[in-house]
Amino acid sequence: MQATDLSVTDLIRQAAGPSLLAIQPTVDHIPTFWISKEKIQTVLRQMKEEIDRPYKMLYDLTAIDERVRLHREGQPDSDFTVVYHLYSFDRNAYLRFKVPLKEKQLFLPTITPLWRSADWYEREAWDLFGVRFEGHPHLVRILMPRTWEGHPLRKDHPSHGTELGLNMPDPKMIEEQEQLQFRPEEWGLKRQSDGTDFIFLNLGPHHPGTHGVLRVVLQLDGEIILDAVPDIGFHHRGQEKIAERQTWHTYLPYTDRVDYLSGVINNLAYLMGVERLAGIEIPPRAQVIRVMMSELYRITNHLVWLGTFAQDVGQLSPVFYAFNDRERAYAITEAVCGARMHPNWFRMGGTAQDLPIGWEPLFRDFLKYLPSRLDEYEGEILKNRIFKGRTKGIGQTTVDEAIEWGMTGPNLRACGLAWDFRKAHPYSGYDRFEFDIPVGKNGDAYDRAAVRIEEMRQSLRIIDQCVRRMPDGPYKAIHPLATPPPKARTMHDIETLIAHFLNVSWGPVIPPGEALGAIEASKGNNGYYLISDGSTTSYRTRIRTPSFPHMQMLPLLCRGRTISDLIAIFGSVDFVLSDVDR
Amino acid sequence: MILRTLIFIVGLLFITLTLAGWLTWVERRLLAVWQDRLGPNRVGPFGTLQALADAIKLFTKEDWVPPFADKSVFVIAPAIILIAVLMSFVIVPFAPGLLLANLNIGLLFFLAMSSLSVYSIVLGGWASNSKYALLGGLRAAAQMITYEVFLGLSVMGPVLLAGSFRLTDIVEAQQELWFVVPQFLGFVLFLIAGVAETRRLPFDLPEAETELAAGFHTEYSGMKFGMFFIGEYLGMILLSAMITTLYLGGWHGPFLPPIVWFLLKSSFFLVLFILLRASLPRPRLDQLMSFGWKVLLPLALANLLATGAVVLMRGG
Repeated sequence: MQATDLSVTDLIRQAAGPSLLAIQPTVDHIPTFWISKEKIQTVLRQMKEEIDRPYKMLYDLTAIDERVRLHREGQPDSDFTVVYHLYSFDRNAYLRFKVPLKEKQLFLPTITPLWRSADWYEREAWDLFGVRFEGHPHLVRILMPRTWEGHPLRKDHPSHGTELGLNMPDPKMIEEQEQLQFRPEEWGLKRQSDGTDFIFLNLGPHHPGTHGVLRVVLQLDGEIILDAVPDIGFHHRGQEKIAERQTWHTYLPYTDRVDYLSGVINNLAYLMGVERLAGIEIPPRAQVIRVMMSELYRITNHLVWLGTFAQDVGQLSPVFYAFNDRERAYAITEAVCGARMHPNWFRMGGTAQDLPIGWEPLFRDFLKYLPSRLDEYEGEILKNRIFKGRTKGIGQTTVDEAIEWGMTGPNLRACGLAWDFRKAHPYSGYDRFEFDIPVGKNGDAYDRAAVRIEEMRQSLRIIDQCVRRMPDGPYKAIHPLATPPPKARTMHDIETLIAHFLNVSWGPVIPPGEALGAIEASKGNNGYYLISDGSTTSYRTRIRTPSFPHMQMLPLLCRGRTISDLIAIFGSVDFVLSDVDR
Repeated sequence: MILRTLIFIVGLLFITLTLAGWLTWVERRLLAVWQDRLGPNRVGPFGTLQALADAIKLFTKEDWVPPFADKSVFVIAPAIILIAVLMSFVIVPFAPGLLLANLNIGLLFFLAMSSLSVYSIVLGGWASNSKYALLGGLRAAAQMITYEVFLGLSVMGPVLLAGSFRLTDIVEAQQELWFVVPQFLGFVLFLIAGVAETRRLPFDLPEAETELAAGFHTEYSGMKFGMFFIGEYLGMILLSAMITTLYLGGWHGPFLPPIVWFLLKSSFFLVLFILLRASLPRPRLDQLMSFGWKVLLPLALANLLATGAVVLMRGG
């Protein structure tokens, strides 16, 4: 991350004037400005539209319940804080704005006219914190059921279901089902036009084409989709709330389950934030191991995606081939981490273990095996004429649209923007590896497929470099907060023994601060915005997942298309519902 | 004579239904082979009794009609397809003398029955009173109407060449040369249209699992679903038999007994259909329709014209 850009500070001083309440230093060096709520719209508009090299993407929008936070030196008084993360592709930089709110006046103006992608983020902040966004077109709960009482991410809301006494008597069940009834008028959809009654098709939450518990209500004229309203939250497990309950260390297994197809990549995103807060330097060997495993998991993710995508457009066989190949990758991860989908293998300061004896041939064989299979897939799927017919020109987006809606990862690259956070913001030593960024041209379902297949090849290239250039040395940093500390040393010096005992039994105490750890996950930019209040647990963990904005784009991609196209678009975008709902 | 016919009818029913059931196992095993997996191999030797186990399961399931469905139509619909397809077997000449009814309009009877079976799908989709089933039914109606047009047109080639609608005549006319040679285009058209008629991948749009859950039979379960299912496999067998009869010289072939030749040729097509399913993606409805109307129909017409011209020239 680059140091606070002076000119940005000046620009914001100009734009906000006295409404600039404070400038907050953060561990991640992302310029952070406190703006009063009256002025936030204006400032954001300037940042997006008026300045040179603008911040075009709304990377994230969330809130913090500050009421019981102890370490707030230099920050304006605030009960709830709304946080905006912007990203500029021209500057290759993040920008953070914070708006302080009092509990009595928990509202601020919406920014939905400015970024259409703010819609869901604001609904989420309303749902989980009770912050009202004035002027939002349809501010209703998004993740929790509509009948929910209270706002779960508030500090006074219990974390466990047992504390709530959750039960479902019949009248309650009837009420719950009632609220699931779709009312088109609520979403500004008409039930009929002149002479035509529209069908409202409830696709999901259980449907073979939705890849999980997702519900999309389609407004249909025949088979043509006029509009779509995704209804998410069925896979919501309160990951962000759980993070406030688990220690920094014991939260790691939960991250595996955010995007359950990408395994250790989730660990990495989380650790990027934690290690930044803790100030841990990662030894080179651990970095390379991390890169190697992340790329392996990127391949497993893409293989699942490839197989299911082909199945979505009606091809029955590739899914079996892809899963077989994925099984070979899992044979490696089993040897290395002892686990498959939920490896929970990276640790604060490095990895859980060193690579096992005889790891090299495993990787070498895989490197030899997969390329020819990828060629086969290309011939079998991408070159198939029916497949082309089903995917070319379907679900098309432009780069501008993609940025406007917060699209990242392979989907953004398919539009033609060669943007990869592994190159743009190198982390974990990615700058030391050679690889290309595959790009598409048309931003349609076909290009998304082509980009991902090429990405697997690039991942293989990176793994190959890792295997050839694996450095020697420790796999875990020597640092009091590296958890658990290197076991061998605990038997030699009392300091490590104490650190081991405390960090494992109680949990490591991370110094107070705020940091964003954002990486190029398999589906796009996955960021953990972590706030430590100097305790064993996180004060606030915000998980920015790529699937969330991608899902929000869905209506845009499928309007005017048929149900068949919708399924092809679903398949091409590559989302995981656990990643959407968290 | 009547007794013999009766025995033949019962035997034919028994054999076709058993074959259809067994074909589900064959398909699953073959798909498994092509997809690097095992398939059902537990029930009986090599899993051959899987179909029986499935049948027992389907028969013992609750016979459920959704409360929102149009009950009588819902119940009748799956029976239509089964009856229509089974009726068609009446005219299939398995071997010389081995057929039930040597109708002089044999081929027309086949076309009529295959048109009837469309009603089953459309009514099933309609009577289910569910949106997925309705969409599946609509797709089926559109697809069937389109593909039936040149299903009919493409079989006119053999009819012209043989000068008869009677299937035995058509087979006899292929003594010297199978019609697949002079009627290659017609053969391909008939094959495509036939797969579309049996609604199998790549033409399974009416049920398109990933899109419409199960399409027209979304609401069906138990044996009523089983009837659609068996109807589809019977349709496959019938189609293979018809292709064999119309284009591959039916029972003709050297050395082996006629019935063996007939079965061999038919099995080849059954395996081909399964292979198609293992390899091809599914086009979209509008692509399917435009392919039908804009490509296949003109081809079928051209084929008919050319064949007619040749027959006229030779006759005159």
